[in-house]
Amino acid sequence: MRLVSSRTVLGWFFAVTIGAVVGLALFTFFYARGASYLTDDPRACINCHVMNTQYDGWVKSSHRMGAVCNDCHTPEGFIPKYASKAFNGFLHAAAFTTGDFPDVIQIKPHMRAITERACLKCHAEIVQALNVSDDRAGQLSCVRCHRDVGHR
Amino acid sequence: MDQTGRVSVKLLALALLAAGAALAMTALLVNIFERHQEAKNVFFRVVELTDHTEDPAEWGKNFPFQFDAYRRTVDQVRTRFGGSEALPHEPTAADPRSVVAQSKIEEDPRLKTIWAGYAFAHDFREERGHAFMLEDQTYTERQAVAKQPGTCLQCHSSAYAAMMKLGEGDLMKGFESMNRLPYAEARKLVTHPVTCLDCHAPDTMQLRITRPAFIEGIRAVKALEGIRDYDPNTMATRQEMRSFVCGQCHVEYYFKGPEKRLTFPWTNGLRADEILASYEESGFKDWIHADTGAPTLKAQHPEFELWSQGIHARSGVSCADCHMPYKREGAMKISDHHVRSPLLNINRSCQTCHRWSEAELKERVETIQHRTFELRNRAMDAVVALIGDLKAARTRGQNAGLSEAQTLQRQAQFLLDFVEAENSTGFHAPQEAARVLGQSIDLARRGQLALRDQARP
Repeated sequence: MRLVSSRTVLGWFFAVTIGAVVGLALFTFFYARGASYLTDDPRACINCHVMNTQYDGWVKSSHRMGAVCNDCHTPEGFIPKYASKAFNGFLHAAAFTTGDFPDVIQIKPHMRAITERACLKCHAEIVQALNVSDDRAGQLSCVRCHRDVGHR
Repeated sequence: MDQTGRVSVKLLALALLAAGAALAMTALLVNIFERHQEAKNVFFRVVELTDHTEDPAEWGKNFPFQFDAYRRTVDQVRTRFGGSEALPHEPTAADPRSVVAQSKIEEDPRLKTIWAGYAFAHDFREERGHAFMLEDQTYTERQAVAKQPGTCLQCHSSAYAAMMKLGEGDLMKGFESMNRLPYAEARKLVTHPVTCLDCHAPDTMQLRITRPAFIEGIRAVKALEGIRDYDPNTMATRQEMRSFVCGQCHVEYYFKGPEKRLTFPWTNGLRADEILASYEESGFKDWIHADTGAPTLKAQHPEFELWSQGIHARSGVSCADCHMPYKREGAMKISDHHVRSPLLNINRSCQTCHRWSEAELKERVETIQHRTFELRNRAMDAVVALIGDLKAARTRGQNAGLSEAQTLQRQAQFLLDFVEAENSTGFHAPQEAARVLGQSIDLARRGQLALRDQARP
């Protein structure tokens, strides 16, 4: 009987090891409901409890029938949308894992800009007359006044 | 073997990488698992709490997060206009404290002039956190220069259980007995600064009013609104209770009559001049001013009254909303029992409603406080000037206009002290604070005019 070569044993060993890591990763992915983050379902945003307040507010808001979280909080276009989701997903996961975030969560400037542009996805026509940029005043902000339309 | 050797190094690196990945993945998995567990709102009742459970550590066994925060009121942190600084103190037999807060009368010696002849001119320090209320009251030099009654302990200790014991289950009777005791006697009956049972019912954890003076005071205020026989414990809303429990102590008060009954002067309303009017009706005085002979009043921390005149009260924002804002422990939302200045907790206190940066919000608060402080200084200069004129008039034996000027000093000084003793430097109701200080300045200058006009033939 030929002995199995040591290289083959090593190969099996590493195949098993890497398989275990991949398995663990897959389990973690499903356990953390990772796939839900690829959808537009607002409930994905309350997989953890941090955004409960915002979700509860949205459920009662004027926009609950017209727009979900992703409509206002992600940019237009498939690639920008998923790039933004990946980037923010990483930041949020890091914040939640380390616990380093304020209790009353604060939107970041680049996310505010995305939200600001998102208003125009639907309301561009109605605001075209007043939505002018001005060198001194800058662009008018929708959410500065209409800050509660999406959620409290 | 050359080739095998090279492969081995590669494989070894791969093995390490796989191990590292497995490690990180497991750590993440465990973390996610922990976060899932946190989201389950758990409460373990490990001890039975009764109306006699005075020790907050016992309550802390059932409510560890609240207890942890409660204990943090030992922190001494300054804000621009408030808070306290921890200063070293040489312990003596009379005062064993090794740390005290900064002295306000040394910071602003005009206060000594205003309180001449009163215990506050001897020792008056910046307030520290709840944890120190009993200690600081026990060892203040004011105890040495004036005989204090047991009444003080109403608000400088957890007096509820002691009152219930004194009154044999009758809170009112216990209250009356405690007021009559000398301070040293009453001091033996209490052990803790304010604790859980002073604000919470032990069986339901609902907020409750345990101080008879507040029950009587708020009944008078509600009677003015046409509500008869008001009882906060049965008629107040939950949100009202979140301010009322604080209003049991953070108010203007006086000791009525020889029985030293703790009384809130609210029979005409909660505003400074309405409170002054009720003092004028009863003719009550705290002391005779040493320099001027005026029958003077000392205002004490009327936070509840000033807050009631402001926009936050008008909007239904309670004391607890800003001073004990909600915070997260895991997924649990609890109110922060580390009672402190909202300026030290802007995110939770202010940003829940106000969508501005922390820096912007702090700037707004300090702008209001700066303006109030400026006006307070003007009012203090005016009152000190009147005291100077009164003193001079008495020295030269002038009688004309003297009693009118003394009355005006009493009034001007009380209104100034109302804003000065209040702990928000005007923030709780900026316009009201300015109105009161404006009145104070006017009265003080009118006192000076009274002396001047009468002095001339």
